[in-house]
Amino acid sequence: MSACTGIAATRSPARSPVRSRGRPSSPAGHAPLRLAALLAPAAAVFAAFFLLPLVRLIAIGAGGAEGWGAYLATLTDPGHLDSLVSTLALSAGVTVATLAIATVAGLFLVRHRFPGHALLVALLTFPLAFPGAVIGFMVIMLAGRQGLIGTVTQALTGGRLVFAYSMAGLFLGYVYFSIPRVILTVMAAAEKLDPRLEEAARSLGAPPWRVAADVILPALKPALISAGALCFATAMGAFGTAFTLATRINVLPMTIYTEFTLQANIAAAAALSVLLGLITWAALALARSAAGGSVAAAG
Amino acid sequence: MTTLSNRRGWGFWLQLGFTLLVCALMTVPVVMSMLAGLTANYFVGLKSGLTLRWVEEVWRVYAGTILLSLQVAVACLACTLALGVPTAYALARRPGRFARLAEELLMMPVAIPGLATALALIVTYGGIGDLRSSWLFILIGHVLFTLPFMVRAVLAVMASTDLKTLEEGAASLGAGFLRRFLTIVLPNCRSGILAGSLMVLTLSVGEFNLTWLLHTPLTKTLPVGLADAYASLRIEIGSAYTLLFFLMIVPGLILLQALARRGRPDA
Repeated sequence: MSACTGIAATRSPARSPVRSRGRPSSPAGHAPLRLAALLAPAAAVFAAFFLLPLVRLIAIGAGGAEGWGAYLATLTDPGHLDSLVSTLALSAGVTVATLAIATVAGLFLVRHRFPGHALLVALLTFPLAFPGAVIGFMVIMLAGRQGLIGTVTQALTGGRLVFAYSMAGLFLGYVYFSIPRVILTVMAAAEKLDPRLEEAARSLGAPPWRVAADVILPALKPALISAGALCFATAMGAFGTAFTLATRINVLPMTIYTEFTLQANIAAAAALSVLLGLITWAALALARSAAGGSVAAAG
Repeated sequence: MTTLSNRRGWGFWLQLGFTLLVCALMTVPVVMSMLAGLTANYFVGLKSGLTLRWVEEVWRVYAGTILLSLQVAVACLACTLALGVPTAYALARRPGRFARLAEELLMMPVAIPGLATALALIVTYGGIGDLRSSWLFILIGHVLFTLPFMVRAVLAVMASTDLKTLEEGAASLGAGFLRRFLTIVLPNCRSGILAGSLMVLTLSVGEFNLTWLLHTPLTKTLPVGLADAYASLRIEIGSAYTLLFFLMIVPGLILLQALARRGRPDA
C-alpha cells in the first residue's frame, strides 16, 4: 500500500505545475493500483463465496447420470414443468396487479397533499423489510381460518371464505410484499414529471384519461418496467411466504426445497435453482436494457 | 407542488378511497397480529383480556434466536462497511464500463433467489470443518445478500459529491491518501453510510430465504424461529413473536424513511 501511495503522490495533479491542459485531469490519488487494492477484499469474498459456489452448483446440476442433459430432463419432468409454469403465471399476475395498485396510489400521493399525507406514505411503505415468513403470517391474519376476511364473510353470507393456504393466499402475500417497493419507485418517478406537459395536454382539450394514457404513463414507463421486473423476480424466487402458508403449494422454490430436503435429490435441486436464478436474473437484466441505464433495484 | 388540490372532484375522493383501502390492506393485518400477541385468548377475542404472557413465553423459548439475529446483523454490518465502503469509493473514482460490470456482478446475489445462493454455499462449503454448524455460515450468506445495498447507498452519495475536487484540495495541502479518506471522503458520504447501514441491519435481521437453508438447530435466527412458531405453536405465540420482531426493525425503518425525506430537496 505504501508503495502505491507514493506513486499517487508524485502523480498527483495538484503537485504538478502543468495542470489544466485539455487532458482529463487525473484526480488526486487516482492510482489504479490503489483502487484495485481497495476493491480486492470485496472481490475476494465475492469470488470465494458467490462465484465459486455458483459454478459448483451449475456443475452439480449436470453431475447426474445424464450429464448436461439433466437440465433438459429437469424441464421435461411433468411435475417440474407444472411447477415452473404455475410459478411464472403467479409471478406475472402478481406483477400486473401490483403495478396497477401501486401506480394509482403512488400517483395520487404525489399529486395531492392533504392532512395525514406523510403518515399515509409511511404506513404504505413500512412493510418494505418484512421477511417472507412474516408476510405469510399477515396473509393468515387476513385470509386464514381465524382471519378477518373469514369473519367478515361469515357475518355477511354465513359462509367462511378462507383462501390463505393456497395459490390465492400466495398471490395476496406477494402483492402485499411488493406494494411498498413499487409505490416508492412510482412516487420517485412521478415527482420528476414535468407538470407543464400535462397542462399542455389539458389545454389542448385532452380528457383526463388521455392525459394519463398519453402523457403520464409513457413518462413513468422506465420506472414501471424496473419496478415490475423486480416484483416479478421476487415473486419467482421468494420462499418464506409459501413455506409459511403451506408446503404443498406448487411453486418452484418449494419444489427445489422439497427435492433438496425430502428427496435428497441434490442434482435436481441444483438444476432447478440454476434455472430459477437464470430466469430472475434475465428478467432484471432485460428490464434494465429496456428501460435504459437509469434502472436500479429499488432497494 | 403544483397540485390541483383546490379542484377536488369525485376523482380525488375515488383515488383517496382506493389509497386508503390499500393502506388498510397493509396495516390491518399488522395491527391484528400485534393485538393477537397481547390477547389472552385469540379465539375468544379481545374481551378475554390483554396479557404479556405470550411475549414472556416467546422470550423464554426464543430469546436465543433474537440474540443470534442481533449478533449476525452487527457482524454483517461490520463486514459490509469494511468491504463495501472501499468498493464504493473505488467504483466512484473510476466510473466506466468496468465499474458498471462490477456493480452488476455485486447485485447478482440479490437478483438470484436466496434459495439458489444458499444451496450453492452448502454444496461448496457445507463439508468443510465445522463451518456448516457455525453461525459464520449464516453470516457469509447475509454479507453476500446485503453488500450490494451498502455499496449502492454509499455510491449514490459519492456520485453526487464532487469528491475529486475536495480531494485535490486536500492533496494540494499535503494530505496523504489515508488522511483524505478518513477526513474528507468518509465525512462527506456520512448520509449514504448511515442509510446503507440501516438497510443492512434491517435486511439481515429479516433475512429468511437464505437463512432457512443455512441454519442448523443450534443456529436459529429470528425469522427461522418465527417460521417455526407459525408452523407449530398457537397463534398468540406466533403473534407475540412477530410483535417482538416489529419492535426490532421498526426503529430502523422509521430512521430510513426520515433519511430518505431529508435527502429529497423538495419535501
